[in-house]
Amino acid sequence: MTVGDGSGPVYRCDCQGRGLPCEHALGLLLLWTGGDGAVPEGDAPAWARRWLAEVQEGSARRRKERRERRERQEPTAGPHHAVGPGATEAAWRRAEERAGRITAGVTDLEQRLTDLLRGGLAGAEQPGYALWEETAARMVDAQAPGLASRVRELGTIPASGPGWPVRLLEECALLHLLGRGWLHRERLPDGLAATVRSRVGLPTSADGPPVRDRWLVVARYDTADARLTTRRTWLYGVEEDRTVLLLSYGASGRPLEPPLPVGLALDAEVSAHPDTGRRRVALGRRFGPPAPTPVRPGGVTASRAAGVYGEALREDPWLESVPVTLERVVPVPDGDAWQLADADSDTALPLTPAAGNRPGLWRLVALSGGAPVTVFGECGHRGFTPLTAWPTGPGRAVPLC
Amino acid sequence: MTTVEATTKVDAMTRVDAFPTGGTGAAEPTGWEALVTAALLGTDRRTPPGSEPGAGAPGALLDSAAAETVRRRAGLRPARAARRPDPAPEDPRPVLPADAAHRLTVLLADRPGPAAVGRRGSAPDLMELLPQWLATANSRGFAAPPEALPALLDAARGRTDLRPAVLAFAGPRAVWLARLNPDWRFALRATPGAGPVPPGPGAAERVRRLWDEGLFAERVALLASLRARDPGGARELLAATWATERAEDRLMFLDSLRTGLAATDEPFLEEALADRSRNVRATAAELLSALPGSTLAARMAARAATCVSLDRALAPPAIAVEAPHECDAGMERDGVVPKPPAGRGERSWWFGQLVDAAPLRTWSARLGGRSPEEIVALPVSDGWRGELHAAWCRAAVRQRDGAWARALLGAPTAPEAGGPGAVSLAERAKLLGTLEGEERAAWVAGFIATHGLSEAFQLLGMCGVPWAVPLGRAVVDALEIARDAGSYPWSFSGVMGLAERCLDPAEASRLDALLAIPDESEDASPGAGGYWAEAFQRLVTTLRLRAAMAEELEGEGSV
Repeated sequence: MTVGDGSGPVYRCDCQGRGLPCEHALGLLLLWTGGDGAVPEGDAPAWARRWLAEVQEGSARRRKERRERRERQEPTAGPHHAVGPGATEAAWRRAEERAGRITAGVTDLEQRLTDLLRGGLAGAEQPGYALWEETAARMVDAQAPGLASRVRELGTIPASGPGWPVRLLEECALLHLLGRGWLHRERLPDGLAATVRSRVGLPTSADGPPVRDRWLVVARYDTADARLTTRRTWLYGVEEDRTVLLLSYGASGRPLEPPLPVGLALDAEVSAHPDTGRRRVALGRRFGPPAPTPVRPGGVTASRAAGVYGEALREDPWLESVPVTLERVVPVPDGDAWQLADADSDTALPLTPAAGNRPGLWRLVALSGGAPVTVFGECGHRGFTPLTAWPTGPGRAVPLC
Repeated sequence: MTTVEATTKVDAMTRVDAFPTGGTGAAEPTGWEALVTAALLGTDRRTPPGSEPGAGAPGALLDSAAAETVRRRAGLRPARAARRPDPAPEDPRPVLPADAAHRLTVLLADRPGPAAVGRRGSAPDLMELLPQWLATANSRGFAAPPEALPALLDAARGRTDLRPAVLAFAGPRAVWLARLNPDWRFALRATPGAGPVPPGPGAAERVRRLWDEGLFAERVALLASLRARDPGGARELLAATWATERAEDRLMFLDSLRTGLAATDEPFLEEALADRSRNVRATAAELLSALPGSTLAARMAARAATCVSLDRALAPPAIAVEAPHECDAGMERDGVVPKPPAGRGERSWWFGQLVDAAPLRTWSARLGGRSPEEIVALPVSDGWRGELHAAWCRAAVRQRDGAWARALLGAPTAPEAGGPGAVSLAERAKLLGTLEGEERAAWVAGFIATHGLSEAFQLLGMCGVPWAVPLGRAVVDALEIARDAGSYPWSFSGVMGLAERCLDPAEASRLDALLAIPDESEDASPGAGGYWAEAFQRLVTTLRLRAAMAEELEGEGSV
């Protein structure tokens, strides 16, 4: 089944081909441009109509975002003196309206947190999920999806086992911090303000200058909730010595982009989003297909990795973890848990409890065999999550997720 | 000093701060705990530290908690390393070629799940190809890629038949790994030579200590692994403590002598014939009767010979059987079970046990110097043929006597070979096991050509892989005949599955003609032709896959 939308070059096909447009879509287009009614006018099936509607809505949104970006890049025109054409004025007005709704939502959220703390977190066990769900829905109405998902996370903490009051207080406090950050964003430094806007849930665009490098695909994994599949791909720039994140989304169970294979390197340009230490990027031009490479990301010791996370919190206190490559570490059992111990000193990073239960852990242990390995993963306040490993000697990347 | 470790501790309430708070902070080392307590109880009940009671208290608490949370996270320190495991032993084998390593990953990923139940269409059953892949990789002497070990061990955990090949391939690192994961304990029990006591200096001392102090399961594993390497040493180890072992333990230990059984075991087994436990005696007798030179075998031969004679008065001469009238103490000591199972006469039961424990060379001398073929062809008087031939079958299998097995099997094309004769299908399959591979395949090919596939499954299972060319062609021809007869292919799914795994991949091109959907004849089952085409398609796809697998393993190991 192939759908081509003649009003603009968009295609979708359920074939497995990598090329876009695939040969089916191309064929359909060729027939269509040939005229003669080779492609009969037909009623689009329901799924295709839905998809086309989404595509059109999406491209309208992208056009709007481009306009808004142009505005931001011309400070002389300034959002407060909207002298541009009517469309810009309307966009500015929409942005102001949205900011106002978010502010109202944040004020509301602050009130609810205050009420919760006044009555005590112990009570958070009883009202159950409904309170959080209702608050999350309020944040969605306030067009603050970032706040909404944080609130939803709060709802899962009371059932998360011993120690939950500490975790709940931590997350409530960070949510409070984010709310305060939003209300006072005018007085924050630019980078932090951008981080706050992005954490609250305002869309950002990858408007950083394109950076060309050989980007090594160091890890890739998908997470899914009921509505959305999120694919995270970590890329390591060989020249830049920097690790960046590609995010892509798909309807549940179906990521949009074909996966980049772990262990291969891609000659390409990426552009950074303006927030969170400019770690999130969008992939731009590619200068060739992914190719094998003996290069590995530069690594640090386990003890240094904890410091890397701590430093990153300066730019983004809401950061859960940072990408880190550990060099010369050994997986070591520690009671029921595991840790990655420095081969050359007596320091170690514990693995997160979740990472200790994944099959990837045993691949890591088997690869190491008690000898030092190189491990890429995410290092955060709950511990280290290993994602990819390399043997000490020559050998290919072994995905652990 | 907080460690990251502390954040993962069950009770995070016990955490302390990353950095000593210093100055005034040092006076309140429990600042964070005070905040948590106030938050848990509510600011209406407990005023948080550093705040005034009243409307501003929750906000102040959240402010302090936010600062504290970020400070605690930013100050995380690495934990102290736990005791490191000893490194895994080196695996000197060459590294698997990259294509083969990838193939292994694909085979292991095809785990049987709910979706795999039922008809597979024309897609090959990858998990079923794993045993063959392992056998080839083992014969080429490649080392397993370390990262594949968890999936290999998981596969072997679920399928005991895979364990020997998996553990041979997985090598010493799998044993190292199994010590860390209780799910894989079987690898410690089952690996010969790499069992509970790793080889190395002082191994003899450690073996002795484990034998004296170990748990029963550990001792069984130890004896089995030692027996595989050093049969005499294992027997001596067992003999040293034999008198003090419990009866059920003695039985299990004795059973492990089956591996590497030799004439040197006879004195020990003879002693065990006087054991207090009947089961131990019976097992000792069975082991001795598998040693045709043993004195037990000679005693049994003498007893059996008195029961069987050649009646030359008849024309042609026939075998006359006079079954024993009693089971005396000597017979019982030599392992004859006096009480028959329900429904069997005592005398024929004793007779069968004497004949199957007697060396087969007894009979040529006893029956006029005849060859096994001639003896098997002799008529037997008074309906004893079934009993006598069945006992000879058991003896031929136990003594691994090819000449007798051949004689008892007879010609595969004989009409009685396909039906219920004196020798059952199961017995025939066991007899086939004593023949050389080529002879075995030829016999089964002849059987299938005459009798078709319906009885062939068990016999095919005895044939070496890949099937010899004549056997493979006989199977394919029989499948084609079955298709033309109009039945559904799933009546032959067992043979079809065997063919996928066992047919020589070089035969794939000969199957092309079978891929087309044949014209449906009148008496064919509806749609059967399409299903047959699909089944043959899967057969061909699987054969091509096996050819590719074998080729990948031909490559030189990448180092």
